[in-house]
This record gives sequence, structure tokens and C-alpha cells, in this order.
Amino acid sequence: MSSEAIVGLYIFVLAIFVGFEVISKVPSTLHTPLMSGANAIHGIIVVGAMLVSAAVGGTAGLALGFFAVVLGTANVVGGFVVTDRMLAMFKQKPGQRPGPRK
Amino acid sequence: MELRSLIPLTYLVAAVTFVLGLKGLSGPKTAVNGNRIAAAGMLLAVAATFFDAEFQSYGTTGLIVTAAGLLVGGAAGFVGARVVKMTAMPQMVALFNGAGGGAAALVSILELTRALSGSGVTPGETISSMLGLMIGAVSFSGSAIAFGKLQGLITPRAFKYSGQQIVTSVLFGGMIVLSLLLTASVAGMVVVPQLAVMTGVAVLALLFGVALVMPIGGADMPVVISLLNAFTGLAVAAAGFVLGNQLLIVAGTLVGASGTILTRLMSKAMNRSIANVLFGAFGAAPAGGAETGGAMRADDGRTVRATTAEDAATLLSYARNVIIVPGYGLAVAQAQHNVRELADLLESRGVNVVYAIHPVAGRMPGHMNVLLAEANVPYEKLMDMDAVNPEFPRADVALVIGANDVTNPAARSTKGSPIYGMPILDVDKAQQIIVIKRSMKPGFAGIDNDLYLDPKTQMLFGDAKEAVAQLVAGVKAS
Repeated sequence: MSSEAIVGLYIFVLAIFVGFEVISKVPSTLHTPLMSGANAIHGIIVVGAMLVSAAVGGTAGLALGFFAVVLGTANVVGGFVVTDRMLAMFKQKPGQRPGPRK
Repeated sequence: MELRSLIPLTYLVAAVTFVLGLKGLSGPKTAVNGNRIAAAGMLLAVAATFFDAEFQSYGTTGLIVTAAGLLVGGAAGFVGARVVKMTAMPQMVALFNGAGGGAAALVSILELTRALSGSGVTPGETISSMLGLMIGAVSFSGSAIAFGKLQGLITPRAFKYSGQQIVTSVLFGGMIVLSLLLTASVAGMVVVPQLAVMTGVAVLALLFGVALVMPIGGADMPVVISLLNAFTGLAVAAAGFVLGNQLLIVAGTLVGASGTILTRLMSKAMNRSIANVLFGAFGAAPAGGAETGGAMRADDGRTVRATTAEDAATLLSYARNVIIVPGYGLAVAQAQHNVRELADLLESRGVNVVYAIHPVAGRMPGHMNVLLAEANVPYEKLMDMDAVNPEFPRADVALVIGANDVTNPAARSTKGSPIYGMPILDVDKAQQIIVIKRSMKPGFAGIDNDLYLDPKTQMLFGDAKEAVAQLVAGVKAS
């Protein structure tokens, strides 16, 4: 195995533990926004899509590259915006907002 | 130091923002910021990628393809996310998740095609890209079906046919065999038309995703979407291995791991295992006559008692303790503001009102909390299932608004029922029960609810929003 693959595996295994730990206790109220937020984060595939956007030449190759970027971007933008909208509903009323104390 | 060498560091910063973002999203106070931190990290990562040597080697072509893709995808995602109604959030998440899965599959295809026709490829890389392709494609088509079911484009019922398990197994087996074949050919053991085999894997994976989700009933879609979300994460991680990109590995794995935990939390709330959701009997006709949907009379002669808004309003006005049980019907009718008005009105008359929130009421965990929070219902009025269940015997009236399966006593008592063992709200223990429902149609689980035949139960038929508005008028008049 190449050393790059080994490093990748280390990262993979450690990230599994981080992923498990980081959301071990979540109130059920936040399940939906959390799912949506995690959904936006895997939109990082858009970076991968950019890196192969023109890797394969020809109309078909470029079309696939284009679609990859479109899908990845829709995932990122849509995911974050939807999550933000969901979370906006948890905000307190203006009257109740604990403003800066003077 | 060359500027380009900073790109991996920028990716590291982005990876850290994702961890902080997920951490933030798991607490009510930090959630909004968590989401924004992760979004900022994402923006940073995309911006840095423009300076990547690989990307720049594509010249103007790569730039045009990427810019066009970012524009189209960004606009579609933004508009879609802005205009969608709160009730349609679950299927929107499914849609965006499917997009990510599709992108991961395409990235794996493109990178493998490039490697096959060019510099050559190792068996290890082939396995990674096969995993990225298969998992991504399954997530893509599976999410599309989940979207269709929740949006009502496809029957939300579990779609079962004879030989279904055979078809699903053949698709799965074929997909695995073909990808092993491709790996073997890369290792030089066999000679096959590689691109054709890769296309075959993609087609089989797409079909497998459809076959996997079609037999699952709409009630289980939240769990399915969460699972597919974790799938997409893994597909992204696999694509990261193919590209040798650590950021993709970290972010994809984070989502894969946290998504798995979340899926387990959700299926636990329904007292079922993930395997049970995927291959279980939900939606399959249970032994005890689920096909009587629409019947107004049970076999033993008990009948459904319909009531009027006036009578129900009177009952509510003279109660001391009222528990409101919201469900998907409330979400569909957008009745949350009317419900709040009703609760305020009752409280001004000295009635004690709380809300009973089942963990999976609606179509997603937290669905009801989101909706009621939108109507400014105070957080402390929302009671979890465990906290509220002991209160039902003390409640004079339980007002069920568009909730069905989560109140079905069959979950406690009927061994053969598909929802047997699912924790439910003990609505049937209240002194009086008012159920607002559009019709006698069974809920998403596709089974009848004995609660409606309970002598203590009165049915107020109608759209949740109109019915609650009538109740408000009725309470004001009485």
C-alpha cells in the first residue's frame, strides 16, 4: 500500500471517532437541523468535482464534469440555506431576546 | 514559500470548521453559528481549490465548466431552499442529499475514466472509486425515490411485489461482481471492456437504490433519508481516497459517522433497528385487517363518534388540563399559528395547556418543534414523550391534531401489528379525546387506529387549520 493510502486510512479511522463523539448527545429537537447541516457538509464533494471538472475531455466528459459541479454546489448551497431557515425558527421572540446587559 | 502550498492548510482549516459546525449544530444555543461556521469553511475550501495546480492545468475549459456549474447549482440550491415550505423540508433534504450522492458518483466515474485511459490505476484506487460510484449512485436514486414518496409523486405506501428480495439481491450481487471484475482487470487478471463494465456498475447501483427504497413505507422515510445521508458521506470519503484529497476524506467520514449515529437515534425512537426499517414488514399488510381503511365501524360493533366544533370547543373551555398532540396533519395544514391562538385563548380562561411531542411525529424528528417554534410556542410548553405520558391520565382533554400512528394503542397491545413495540403517546389514557383528522384514512404506517373507536374519543373531521379556527371561534363564543 502506498503511504498516501495509509495516511488516508488513518484520517478515515480517526474521523469516524470524531464523528461519533461530536454528536453523541443531541436533543431530539435538533435532529432535523443536524441531519440537514451534515447533509450540507458532504457537499464538500464540490471541491472534488472542481478537481475533475475537465479531467476527461470531449463533450460527454465535460458534460459529466459540469453536472458533478452543479449537483455538488446545489448540495452545499441548498443544504446550508435550508438548515439556516430551520434554525431561524428556534430563535426567541424579540421581546425575550437576552440582549446585552447594561 | 509558494502560495499554492497553502492550499492543504486551507483545507485543514475547512475540516476544522466542519467539526466545529457539527458540534455547534448539536446544541440549541450554538446551532445557528455552527451552521454558519461550516458554511464559511466550505466557501474557503472552494475558493482555495481555484488555485489548485490540477484545477489550473485544465485552463479556461475547467474554469468555464466550473463557473457555469457553480452558478447553475448555486442558483438551484438557493432558490429551492428559499421557496420550499417548512412542511416540505424533509423531501428537500432528501433532494440535496441525492445531489451530493450523484456528484460523488460522477467524480468517481470521471477520475477512474481519466486514470484508465491515461496514467494507469492501481487496484486499490479502483476499489475506492467503485465504492464511491456505487454508494453515491445508490444514495442518488434512493434519495430521488424518498423525495418522490414524501412529495406524493410516488405512492408513499410500501411498494411490495413477489420476488422483490430476489430482484434486490440480484441487483446488489451484480453490482458487486461487476466492480470486482473491473478491479481484477485493472490488476491484469482478466480483460474486459472497462468503461462498459463501469457503466454497468453505475446502472445497477442506480436500480439497486430504487429497489432498496421503493418497498419502504413513507413513515420510515426520515430514517431512510438519514441513512442515505450517511451513505453520501461515505461516498464522498471514497471519492477523497480516489483523488487523494484529505479534506474530502475527513468531511465525508464525519458525515458518514455522525449520520450513522443519527440514524440509530431515529430508529431507536421508533423502537426498530435499521435492518428492520430496510427489510422489515412495515407497510406490508399486517395480519389484523389493515385493509379496512375507511371503515366507520369495527368488527365488534364499536363505532366512530363524530362531533362538531361547537361541542368540542365547549369541552375544551371547561377543561382544566389540556394536552395538545400535534402530528403531520398540523404541518400539512400549516395550522401552527391557529393552534397557538387556541392555546393562548384557553390559557387566558385558566386552562392549563401543554404540547405532547412524539420523537417521530411529523415526517422528521423535531418536525413539530420546528413548526411550533415558528408560531412562537414557548419552548417549555413542549413536552417529550417520556415526560408527558404520565400526565395523560390527569388530562381532561387530549386534543390530537393530525397525528395518527404515534397515538395508536395497537403499538402497546396488538402483537401482530407492524408498529407493535413502538413507543407511543398514551393519548387513550386521557379522560376525553378529541381527534382532528381529515378522514378515516389510515396514517403513513397504513394501519387503522383503535383510538378512534374508543368510547372516550370524538372525531372532528376536517382540515386541521379550519377545524382549529372553528374551535377558536367556538371557545370565544362559549
